[in-house]
Amino acid sequence: MAEFFLELFSEEIPARMQAQAAANLAKIVGEALGPVQPRDVVTFYGARRIALAANISPEMPASETELRGPKLGAPSQAIDGFLRKNQAERDELVEEGGHFLLRRHVAARPAADVILADLGKALAAFPWPKSMRWGQSAAFTWVRPLRRIVCLLDGAVVPIALGTVVASDLSEGHRFLAPGTFKVVNAAQWQAELRQRRVIADATARRAMIADGLQREAQALGLSIVKDDGLLDEVTGLVEYPVPLIGRIEQRFMALPPEVRELSMKVNQRYFSMRDAAGEPAPYFAFVANIEASDGGAAIIAGNERVLRARLADAEHFWAQDRQHPLEDYLPKLKSVVFHAKLGTQFERAERISTMAGVLASLLGVTLEDAYTAQRAGLLCKADLVTGMVGEFPELQGIIGGYYAGDNAIGRAIRTHYQPKGPTDEVPRGLVPSIVALADKFDTLIKFFECGERPTGSGDPYALRRAALGVIRIIVENGLPLPLNEPGLIVDHSLLDFILDRLRVKLRTEGRRFDILDSVLAKGKDFNLVRLMRKIDAIESFLQTDDGLNLLAAYRRAANILRIESAKDGPYLQNADPEQLREDTERQLAALLHERRPALSREIESENYNAAMKNLAAYRKPIDQFFNDVTVNADDPSLRLNRLFLLNDFVKQFDQIADFSKLEG
Amino acid sequence: MTDQKPPPPASLSFQDMILTLHRFWAAQGCVILQPYDVEMGAGTFHPATTLRALGPKPWAAAYVQPSRRPSDGRYGENPNRLQHYYQYQVIIKPSPADAQDLLLASYRAIGLDPLLHDFRFVEDDWESPTLGAWGLGWEIWCDGMEVGQFTYFQQVGGIAVDLPSFEMTYGLERLAMYVQGVENVYDLRFNDAGNARSLTYGDVFLRAERDYSAHNFEVANTDMLIRHFADAEVECAALVERGLAQPAYDYCIKASHLFNLLDARGVISVAERASYIGRVRALAKACAEVWVAGELV
Repeated sequence: MAEFFLELFSEEIPARMQAQAAANLAKIVGEALGPVQPRDVVTFYGARRIALAANISPEMPASETELRGPKLGAPSQAIDGFLRKNQAERDELVEEGGHFLLRRHVAARPAADVILADLGKALAAFPWPKSMRWGQSAAFTWVRPLRRIVCLLDGAVVPIALGTVVASDLSEGHRFLAPGTFKVVNAAQWQAELRQRRVIADATARRAMIADGLQREAQALGLSIVKDDGLLDEVTGLVEYPVPLIGRIEQRFMALPPEVRELSMKVNQRYFSMRDAAGEPAPYFAFVANIEASDGGAAIIAGNERVLRARLADAEHFWAQDRQHPLEDYLPKLKSVVFHAKLGTQFERAERISTMAGVLASLLGVTLEDAYTAQRAGLLCKADLVTGMVGEFPELQGIIGGYYAGDNAIGRAIRTHYQPKGPTDEVPRGLVPSIVALADKFDTLIKFFECGERPTGSGDPYALRRAALGVIRIIVENGLPLPLNEPGLIVDHSLLDFILDRLRVKLRTEGRRFDILDSVLAKGKDFNLVRLMRKIDAIESFLQTDDGLNLLAAYRRAANILRIESAKDGPYLQNADPEQLREDTERQLAALLHERRPALSREIESENYNAAMKNLAAYRKPIDQFFNDVTVNADDPSLRLNRLFLLNDFVKQFDQIADFSKLEG
Repeated sequence: MTDQKPPPPASLSFQDMILTLHRFWAAQGCVILQPYDVEMGAGTFHPATTLRALGPKPWAAAYVQPSRRPSDGRYGENPNRLQHYYQYQVIIKPSPADAQDLLLASYRAIGLDPLLHDFRFVEDDWESPTLGAWGLGWEIWCDGMEVGQFTYFQQVGGIAVDLPSFEMTYGLERLAMYVQGVENVYDLRFNDAGNARSLTYGDVFLRAERDYSAHNFEVANTDMLIRHFADAEVECAALVERGLAQPAYDYCIKASHLFNLLDARGVISVAERASYIGRVRALAKACAEVWVAGELV
């Protein structure tokens, strides 16, 4: 066993690319050094380096290979071609089993030879999202200028080269706190030496250090940090030696909406927001510096406070300017903003959304007051697009409109009308907010489908998939009895199918059985998503029971027999004749089918699919016994036919809910 | 956490900062050029950067370039926004291996010590659609504030560069505000005469900001500007025909500035915008090609 260590030291790598780069490094090394079997692979990444340590075999063992060539007696061109291709001589070939064989001995290779021969080539094709040339790079490209390579095998340099950079055993620590190079001997010493030189090489440890440090600083002030994993990841990629610090926010800026303040802090500055003991926004921000400054961070804090002050002063300006007029005053301005060349202005869009909100309100039978609120919110929901604040912070569209409309039902509905913005984003709650959010999404879907702007394989410029998912989630999670094809809603069948297709994708990404959806749809398209999901849920939990799995097997057996026999004299639509039932078990099955039928119909009628599935479960024993004791294809034709009637009855009971033959597994 | 701000440093005046940067980059072997005498939106447009980034010959220059952004005018009322400001521009071709260290040393020279302040290189890919140019690099952050842009040029005028250059742009006013601890650009100490000749940035530029804002937003004769744009386009093409790269490029810069003025006057629709930018890019591309052809002779 030998220790392999590789460090690729460069100018600052974009934070968002580092983790993936470390994973790619492991993959590339794993493949290139496959013959010496890398194991115990550990990767490191940070702003200026990606690195990897592994144990490998000291040499690639010798091996024998055997290649089968042309048949004996093949034309000489074929033999020559085979020889040329493998750079072999005629007398190396042996004849065996009717073919020419080329047996070769591959000599053992020291690991250093494998590294030198194969790793550089593999690394030169490193899959950076975007790479570049620089003054000394010649044709070689890297994400930013590559400055050093450390490549060691048990401490000895393996001089691989990338562009004009040749590997050595020299690395560097922190840019400011520990300038200069140091000699690397092995991975453990490298990591320890870096720590001395103010670089935490292990990203996981660095991330934990940041999280703990921020929390410690916050606690000292009786505050807490607002959790933000994405920001924590990014900051981990921006600093080599994290030093958490806290700055103050001037009290006057606390009058701004927290969303405005915190967006500016996060997106522009990479600051964390803070809460006081009561969970309210606190007039502080937390951030992470990359140095231990000689003044304890005083200048750094003062500088960051100044930058934030300038940013928040801008926001304060817009907040004051915008609110000199009520939100509805911005409506006329929407007339000059084009939404889409084929779909008119934002004003026309707002009018359509308002109308759609009215349609939805009446389909859902809400009160007149709620209907009015929904229509009004629909009309006003895009007005904030022309305010100064949304011009500066486009991410806050909707939220700003909500504030400007006031603390009332209209404001609350505007605030959430873009939601959900993805599979994990919150869904609007309550009737009016749901209606407005749905109206916005229905308008988008219907209008873009109408003008032929449908998503293609990879392209979905108008986020129609997200809109469809939003429709599904709002309806299902709020339990809204709103079939998508109600009069006034969707008439375009390709759009209805598009939405059902998004439901399929949603189930799949949630790790659920989307074949159940297909089995339900096979019995007729159901655009009442709440009912559809209730069927799916019931079948899914049914199939997780023993009874369910066994019954599914019995159902398949029955359906199979029916399919095969039907070809001869089916279908078998009559009721079984009680007189013709000979065996106890078939009499029991017939009795049970008869007895359960009304209850089952009732349950399906009342959409109580869980009860229906429980009812079906009662068939498990009788049907198993039936198949044990009874021969369906009896010699007596009338017995055979009667048993087929019985089986058909059994299958039909299931088919009221779904086509169980479409289920997988 | 601190309750007191650190004592104000003995900071450089605006003009001393420029002089310091001149001396610093001159010592690195850059030729110190004067501003180019055609209006432009950024120091990158200066032919010392755009044209010299192309071709096989080494090059190193530093200069101040007045930069005009007609849409950013605020009638002198915004403490941070100006329609005319200064960029300090450095270009070194090929990019030196110690470009980052040089840059940090230049910040040290103007009073920002990286052991006292938190310097960072934050991803920022630079692209100029009008110049058909792009490069990779960073925003330079000092204590959370962007104090410069660092780019390794990869393409200019639609042409992949032979030798990648290092380009550094400092926004001088913003940097000076940080160095001097001033919250309003017009309060910057322009010089340090220490007597009646002491002037602030406002003394020098406030009147111009007001007047130009009115010109850019309200008064500029748009019919004339549209005519001049068309003339510049024709003249640029004619000069390209004759292989006169830099004179042709002057008209490309003029067209670009005329477009910015028209944009500020609000007479360019969203649909037209893309077409104007495409027209300027076509000019830049043609100039770049003629320039490169001349450099290879």
